[in-house]
Amino acid sequence: MARIRLDHIRHAYSAELAKAGTYALREIDHVFEDGGAYALLGPSGCGKTTLLNIISGLLTPSEGHLYFDRTDVTMLTPEQRNIAQVFQFPVIYDTMTVAENLAFPLKNRKVPAGEVKRRVADMLARIGLEEKANRKARGLTADEKQKISLGRGLVRSDVNAILFDEPLTVIDPHMKWQLRSELKQLHREFAMTMVYVTHDQTEALTFADKVVVMYDGEVVQIGTPEELFERPQHTFVGYFIGSPGMNVLPCTVDGSDAIVSGERIALPNGAGFKRTGKTELGIRPEFVTLVERGGPNAMPVTIDKVEDIGSERIVRARLGDHPLSAIIEEGASVPSQAAVTFAPHALNLYADSRLVDRSGGTA
Amino acid sequence: MEKTWNNKAWFFVLPVLILVAISAVIPLMTVVNYSVQDSFGNNQFFWYGADWFREVLTSERFHDALMRNLAFSAMILAIEIPLGILVALAMPKKGIWVPVCLVLMALPLLIPWNVVGTIWQVFARTDIGLLGATVAGLGFDYNYVQDPFDAWVTVIVMDVWHWTSLVVLLCYAGLVSIPDAYYQAAKIDGASRWAVFRYIQLPKMGRVLLIAVLLRFMDSFMIYTEPFVVTGGGPGNSTTFLSIDLVKLAIGQFNLGEAAAMSLIYFLIILLMSYIFYTIMTNVGVDKPYKGADE
Repeated sequence: MARIRLDHIRHAYSAELAKAGTYALREIDHVFEDGGAYALLGPSGCGKTTLLNIISGLLTPSEGHLYFDRTDVTMLTPEQRNIAQVFQFPVIYDTMTVAENLAFPLKNRKVPAGEVKRRVADMLARIGLEEKANRKARGLTADEKQKISLGRGLVRSDVNAILFDEPLTVIDPHMKWQLRSELKQLHREFAMTMVYVTHDQTEALTFADKVVVMYDGEVVQIGTPEELFERPQHTFVGYFIGSPGMNVLPCTVDGSDAIVSGERIALPNGAGFKRTGKTELGIRPEFVTLVERGGPNAMPVTIDKVEDIGSERIVRARLGDHPLSAIIEEGASVPSQAAVTFAPHALNLYADSRLVDRSGGTA
Repeated sequence: MEKTWNNKAWFFVLPVLILVAISAVIPLMTVVNYSVQDSFGNNQFFWYGADWFREVLTSERFHDALMRNLAFSAMILAIEIPLGILVALAMPKKGIWVPVCLVLMALPLLIPWNVVGTIWQVFARTDIGLLGATVAGLGFDYNYVQDPFDAWVTVIVMDVWHWTSLVVLLCYAGLVSIPDAYYQAAKIDGASRWAVFRYIQLPKMGRVLLIAVLLRFMDSFMIYTEPFVVTGGGPGNSTTFLSIDLVKLAIGQFNLGEAAAMSLIYFLIILLMSYIFYTIMTNVGVDKPYKGADE
């Protein structure tokens, strides 16, 4: 088990790309605390798998250093780093039995036979495959195979970290929930550092203590699920997390007010900055209230459609030219002459896509 | 839902049946017809029963040729399969050398068989052939025209040269289909190079290896053109394989009945051997029946 420190890591897939400044991973400087459960969340191509492979040692970063505790492991092989990785598609050794699969990493490390037997038996019980211990691994279902590849990592009790690369992609939806909670359970038991790559926000938010949101080769925010929801540091985070994502409305700032298509919205703590650049106002659909026109602070909107998703309804509307979503309760009436109000505490102001810290100064 | 039974479907199968009948079944039946009769000039045929079969099966000539064939196929498989795997493993997996290697590998397969025979016939000559003259020049007593051992070496080396690429290409196709994650997982599990081959590459190549073994067995067991062009079956009868012997019997001696019986036996042997290979190779590594198999 180890604390993983990424020290100014950058990566480009070739020297030419680096020269042109095209980095798959722009500068990352971050620490994964020992025993933490982290999720790397982001859309395809944002560099999250690149980052994971750098941690596991399948890739060597172009620049920067990687430390496990105090050891510089940048140039070490995956085997020397002593980590485990679970891949998107279950990797199992077809011709071996389930038990042999689990014993394989131990045997390669010359662990004594008695110890191997004990640990394999223990692991079989934990992943619930005792009855299939002596079956060939190739005939199993996808989720069982994925459990084996997870077990092959966990069976080495001294691993520094376990890395997951979208491990539930090929698993049936009803098994996903179960596997995810089993993973969580295993994390609690083993208290290992776990890093979990996914593009599924539900997976990231349920698995991780801390979510690292990546966008275009950069970490845009690291935070608890709550922080990501309430104070997205970047408009991308607001948009990517939540369903539907945060409304991002272009605005101008005038004193302590924001102006969105002619409507003046008071910002509780003032704008916190004075400049003219790209400024946007962010508000989550959960904090948009639908009211009759004419009320205090009500801004008239045009409703395009109302989507019923069962537990609640999503109103798709337009404020001036800007699309705006609101979530209303099932059964609540939709006013024919609709207007909206925003909950003042949930307003976030963004300058050049980054959150403006309105307790003082630009973030 | 009730199924509709309709015999019209047979009409769709009919063209294929007719084609197969003309190209395979009817000629085969002619052979069966010959095999039970003795023929004389002027198209006279006499019923001969199973005697031709008895004669072929008990003839020393047939036994010798069969043994030569089995020995040849065994040697071909023993050399070409491991060599093919080794070459496939050594080939680059990506980059500009991939197409270059593939084209080079495919070249021998594109040459007509009798041309291969002619090339080697000249290549191995001790007077003007590059290979033969070189080997002789190095002081070896090499002469494939007179020495049975040298003739065998020549025929086998020629076949290895001609056909190993097929095994290479098949194995290579199997190898490149293995996802990177397997190699990465093996690295993380600390697997040795041998373990990667034994537990990842070999199992993934299983299917294509089956095809490679079957193809190479059938082709080598039916080999005719190349040794016929190079050695003509000689010296003596030392490289007279079943097919060469069969042609001698049918065309040389015009003994149609015996030749027909021999072809049928030959055919059944190939069929039987292929079936055995197939059964063995598809059953290697398959789960034994276990308790609760019906879950």
